[in-house]
Amino acid sequence: MKVEQISVFIENKSGRLAEVSGVLGDANVNIRALSLADTSDFGILRLIVDDSEKALSVLRDKHFTVNKTEVIGVEVPDIPGGLSSILKILDNNQINVEYMYAFVERSGSNAVIIFRFDNIDQAIKVLLNNGVNILDGKKITSI
Amino acid sequence: MSGHPLIWNSEAECMPREQLEQLQLVRLQQTLQRVCRNVPCYQHKFKDCGFNPGDLKSLDDIRHLPFTTKEDLRLNYPYGMFAVPMSDVVRIHSSSGTTGKPTVVGYTKQDISTWTELVARFMTAAGVTREDIVHIAFGYGLFTGAFGLHYGSEAIGASVIPISGGNTDKQIMIMQDYRSSALVCTPSYGLTIADRLEKKGIDPASLALRVGLFGAEPWSEQMRCELESRLGIIATDNYGLSEIMGPGVAGDCLAKCGMHLAEDHFVFEIIDPDTGQVLPRGSTGELVITSLTKQAFPMIRYRTRDITRIIYQPCECGRSLARMAKTSGRTDDMLIIKGVNVFPTQIEEVLLQIEGCQPHYQLIVDRVNNMDQLEVQVEVNEHIFFDEMKRQRQFVNEAEKRLATVLGVSARVKLVEPSSIMRHEGKASRVLDKRKQ
Repeated sequence: MKVEQISVFIENKSGRLAEVSGVLGDANVNIRALSLADTSDFGILRLIVDDSEKALSVLRDKHFTVNKTEVIGVEVPDIPGGLSSILKILDNNQINVEYMYAFVERSGSNAVIIFRFDNIDQAIKVLLNNGVNILDGKKITSI
Repeated sequence: MSGHPLIWNSEAECMPREQLEQLQLVRLQQTLQRVCRNVPCYQHKFKDCGFNPGDLKSLDDIRHLPFTTKEDLRLNYPYGMFAVPMSDVVRIHSSSGTTGKPTVVGYTKQDISTWTELVARFMTAAGVTREDIVHIAFGYGLFTGAFGLHYGSEAIGASVIPISGGNTDKQIMIMQDYRSSALVCTPSYGLTIADRLEKKGIDPASLALRVGLFGAEPWSEQMRCELESRLGIIATDNYGLSEIMGPGVAGDCLAKCGMHLAEDHFVFEIIDPDTGQVLPRGSTGELVITSLTKQAFPMIRYRTRDITRIIYQPCECGRSLARMAKTSGRTDDMLIIKGVNVFPTQIEEVLLQIEGCQPHYQLIVDRVNNMDQLEVQVEVNEHIFFDEMKRQRQFVNEAEKRLATVLGVSARVKLVEPSSIMRHEGKASRVLDKRKQ
């Protein structure tokens, strides 16, 4: 149900993003989705990859600061109002979204959105009760 | 209080050298007796080196006495070095210590009166008279600067505006409206005021300012020229440190060729900071000060860590007191930021108190628009790295808040990648001071 996401600390200086993707590419790790949050000093790069353990170990070897977090991938109908209906469910149940970003690939006719919650188990329960489809972790990394 | 307009106390300030040294000797002997009686730290120090207060027969014998360091003050925190009961102490001041705890100093009524006298001396030497309106833009508080200049001004009979620090626009309005004629602040704040005047299109000549008394941080001759030309004033320097008294230890006369030392109240020595040996007259080295008249907080051979030299040649102003050159550096890694003393060890201590933080940091000090800025670069690690920006910002804000509380000056925290800060043996290399003058 849950997906492993890795986050990487990146200083705001040129070439650092390229270096991260280079290290992963050399290790044959495929990036499935990503999002970057940044300030003027630093950025936090979040990645869903096909092999998190390998990604963590090669990045640590190159002295990057990395963490892993659990997120979930939700199937969202690829129609106007599709995302809104899901956010409404979360809102009605007082589930706070820390951040979210879209997956590049689609799952059938649906879009895939990655959600990070404070209370992931509660969020999963609410979404499932409301008939929302949460993608299997393994399935996501192989989309 | 002689007839000479520019000398506050000509009897003391123009005393023949021989007579001055005789006075120093008598006062030193009295001081040694007193600290030996009342301060356990000195009892132990003297005992350890087999020194008896009665052994001191000449001023030269002072070299046989042990030094006092900031570490001694730390070990005796807060009141252990006081030589009088608290009932005789009328004032407490403090400055930053090398680590988390500050240095605490005390004054008796007599000490405050000595302090007032010595500040009145250097203010008079800078040309301040009872006709002046003295604008004191030092922060009033635990630091000694504002109060010292305040007392000195009042003793002279000048009118004091205790405006304290900050809010430059208001400072300028008051300067314009109240006709401030003497400005008291740090030299860097003096330049900030000059910048603001320029920006507002105010001609300094339209103000009543005519003299500046700058202190609390080291500054160059070049900065003096800049302050004088941009503010249209005479810029004078003064020196002091709270462990010794505060401002008033030394100050410029209008010759501006070194600050006259208050030698009737202190003995000044220049030592080699590595060997502790007293250096020949005129050498450059670390300034060591012994107080001669202080009651509450006497100091024997206090190592100031300031590098300077003493000029014994007579001065054109007529004072016989020797002069010290502008300080040219420190023997330790203390930084002076916006007039506040900051030690890298203080910053390290704050960082180590934050969970997950490791002592991999570097301090970048810079002067932007004439204001000092402190940036603390901290290497990120997996314990202090979060995937959520909210928590990451919280960490930075918390670190900045704690630093500001301990240092008394604001610091910007910047997270950097691990191993991006050079690893060095000595801690001095943790500091990158970009303030070039």
